[in-house]
Amino acid sequence: MAPPARVDDVRRLLADGAQLVEVLPEAEYAELHLKGARNIPLKRLGAETAADLDPGRPVVVYCHDAL
Amino acid sequence: MSPRAACRLETLGFERVFDYVEGKADWIARGLPTEGERAGERRAGHLARRDVATCRLSERVGDVRPHVEASPYGFALVVADGGVLLGRLGRVALEGDPDRCAEEVMEPGPSTVRMDTALDALAERLDRRDLKTAVVSTPDGALVGVVRRKELPPGEQGRRSTASRGNAL
Repeated sequence: MAPPARVDDVRRLLADGAQLVEVLPEAEYAELHLKGARNIPLKRLGAETAADLDPGRPVVVYCHDAL
Repeated sequence: MSPRAACRLETLGFERVFDYVEGKADWIARGLPTEGERAGERRAGHLARRDVATCRLSERVGDVRPHVEASPYGFALVVADGGVLLGRLGRVALEGDPDRCAEEVMEPGPSTVRMDTALDALAERLDRRDLKTAVVSTPDGALVGVVRRKELPPGEQGRRSTASRGNAL
């Protein structure tokens, strides 16, 4: 299970080269997303859509909130 | 949603996956950089003024009063170390016994809004509660500042009169 990251962890991970992925639908991503994030909606997440991610670098995923 | 996405990435062979559980809402509420169609929109955090009088739990009301009088507001906010908002000293408390300490007379747990609150939602909230100010805090509860209703953009300030006219018809 992926470890949870708090905001300070996320900032540190990003500074160290992590990749940021928003898994919300495209419309929500287009409206507002974290700077530098790419969008892979959960419903389309698979080997093909994840192929652009670098497996050698950490990946931070997020959606809207914990609920 | 993000735990499932993180799990899926792990099944695809990604070994260092982290789940930012608090997500976009937390990031925006902290005023951190965003992109997108609504990224430039002003929110509560942008309008929050830092000129409200603050005090500690142990401060005497008589010592706080001059700071309130020198501020644009009729109240003071009680904060802990680290700036976490604990309470509010309203008019009654401030006009009471000057030797009592803030902790004894404060209203605990004042309502706050997050920095990412949209200005239309903020105006609606102030309308609904008939308030002139809103206190803005971080997700961790630290005081950011105060937004005054009269400093909301004109379109948002006009919400009340428009609604009133609508009700009268």
